[in-house]
Amino acid sequence: MRTTLAQASLIRHRARTLLAVLGVAVAAAMLLDMVMLATGMRESFRELLVSRGFDLRLAPKGTLPFDTDATIPGVAAITSVLRNNPDIREISPVLGASIHIPIRNREGEGQGDVSSAVLGIDPTVQGDYEFLSGRDVTTPDAIVANDYLIRRLRARIGDTLAVATGYDPQTRTYSGQRKLVLMGRARFVYGAADQSAAAVRRETLEAMQGQARRDHASLFMIRVRTGADPDRVREWIETYIPSVSAISIATAIAQVDQRLSYFRQLAFILGAVSLFVGFLLVTTLVTVSVNEHSGEIAVMRAIGVSRAHVVQQVVLEGVAISFAGALIGLGLGLATARYLNAILSAFPGLPMAIDFFLFQPSAAWTALALLVASGIAAGVYPAWRAASLPIAESLRREAIA
Amino acid sequence: MTEPTQTPAAPDERPIVSLRDVRRDYALGAERVHALQGVTLDVERGDYVAIVGPSGCGKSTLLNLIGVIDQPTSGTVEIGGKRVDDMSDWEATSFRLYNIGFVFQRFYLMPILSALENVALPMAEAKVPREERRERAAQLLAYVGLSNRERHRPSELSGGEQQRVAIARALANRPTLVLADEPTGELDAHTGAEIISLFQRLNADGTTIVVVTHDEGLADAARRKIHMRDGKVVDGSA
Repeated sequence: MRTTLAQASLIRHRARTLLAVLGVAVAAAMLLDMVMLATGMRESFRELLVSRGFDLRLAPKGTLPFDTDATIPGVAAITSVLRNNPDIREISPVLGASIHIPIRNREGEGQGDVSSAVLGIDPTVQGDYEFLSGRDVTTPDAIVANDYLIRRLRARIGDTLAVATGYDPQTRTYSGQRKLVLMGRARFVYGAADQSAAAVRRETLEAMQGQARRDHASLFMIRVRTGADPDRVREWIETYIPSVSAISIATAIAQVDQRLSYFRQLAFILGAVSLFVGFLLVTTLVTVSVNEHSGEIAVMRAIGVSRAHVVQQVVLEGVAISFAGALIGLGLGLATARYLNAILSAFPGLPMAIDFFLFQPSAAWTALALLVASGIAAGVYPAWRAASLPIAESLRREAIA
Repeated sequence: MTEPTQTPAAPDERPIVSLRDVRRDYALGAERVHALQGVTLDVERGDYVAIVGPSGCGKSTLLNLIGVIDQPTSGTVEIGGKRVDDMSDWEATSFRLYNIGFVFQRFYLMPILSALENVALPMAEAKVPREERRERAAQLLAYVGLSNRERHRPSELSGGEQQRVAIARALANRPTLVLADEPTGELDAHTGAEIISLFQRLNADGTTIVVVTHDEGLADAARRKIHMRDGKVVDGSA
């Protein structure tokens, strides 16, 4: 009966209730977006790291992976040391560089060149790209590229490309040039959508870069044995190989957390403001409703309806508005998050796999729980007013009115 | 039809309503209004009492005290031999639910509920099982002549029909006492006469009724008239 009466009270002023529900929905959408934003980048970064299955990354001492052009010398020696640790299952050294690929038209006339990032990898243990089609870099003269680079080159799978690792603009000459066959398409998980990327075998890239980069790597990616503690392996590596910084997923996320702390605070403040606005909206509507129906409430009390039940009915009204608003708001929030994510993810240089707004069921439950809790809280003041109405006085006022 | 008849109980000689030197003062701005000034009154079981008097004489205040929706500034109020003037809100609410039926001038039915649901409302509060309260609400609506209006909302009923639903609601939990505040005040003469007749039948079936009214017809239908003036009972208190 209380549910019926609460529902009745809301239905009686349909337009007003609808507007309040929409208001709460907007606040709920904002809240959900802020909850998603507060954790989105961190979670998508974590998912990105975890998805490739590597537990540790070794960068030149004091740097983050690909943070600088610094490289780690002595790949063979380091690999040999790493193999002494039984907890290490796979080692994937990666060498990063830039390449220049001249473009020629059908008549063979030069039309400038295209620059791109290139990774020298071992295709059997690499964790930098998802192979899409064609063939992987199984031979020394093979290159795979992402779609963006292939489009820029106007190339096709099977084309031979003249790839150089150096270009002197003064003399307009290329260095470290080599003919490579475009064997396949790949999606580079750490690359941005508008960033050219390619991969060749590491030894190919070393050979193209000359003696200075022989036996060098920009990064090692390491997979540990199932059940082994990556942090213990990290400590072991830093003890035995002092020239590297070993970064576990947990450390990387902690560093990202530190860099994103202002971002999260902003999301938290905006989320709190949304919640408060929703709370005020519901409180106002339910208070107005109680004031309008003070006569009815007094009659209910007169015929023996307890204060507790009046409170329940009024709180139910607040919760119903909040719940309906939250449900609509969740849909609205997801739609706006998708739209905003598309805009923000298009920022130059951001990895494609990084999302600003990441939907997680826990975020939706958190937003829903916060809104329902605020609906209950919003009902408390008007419920207290309703339950405290002096019955005789309210009836007298109602009769005079 | 004998639906509202009280369950026969051991004879109780005590008055069902007993007020002794009851005063009720209000603060109206800076002024103090003495709404009731030492009212002493008894109402016997099965009686039908009309309280009459000019506006502002304290009739409704007196009814509110008998109905335990207000408390006196001083004096004692007993209903069915039980002191009700110093009850806590929880006790008073529970007492009203099981012992007192209210009928108001403006009916005050819940607009969204059907006639049947309005009558069942006090029974739901008293935790009467759903099936039983539905059945009993239907019987009460039949008693007041509205068995064909069970599913109608108040807005679909005439004033007289709404007041009859309100009377059925007042009888829902088999109260000891029915209190009515100007029950014909919003009705035309013909419909008012129907309500008067219904009250007479109700009283004849054993319900004690106290009614506050300006309606001479309703007052004349009562077994006893109590006249009030300036917060005092001036005639018919005994």
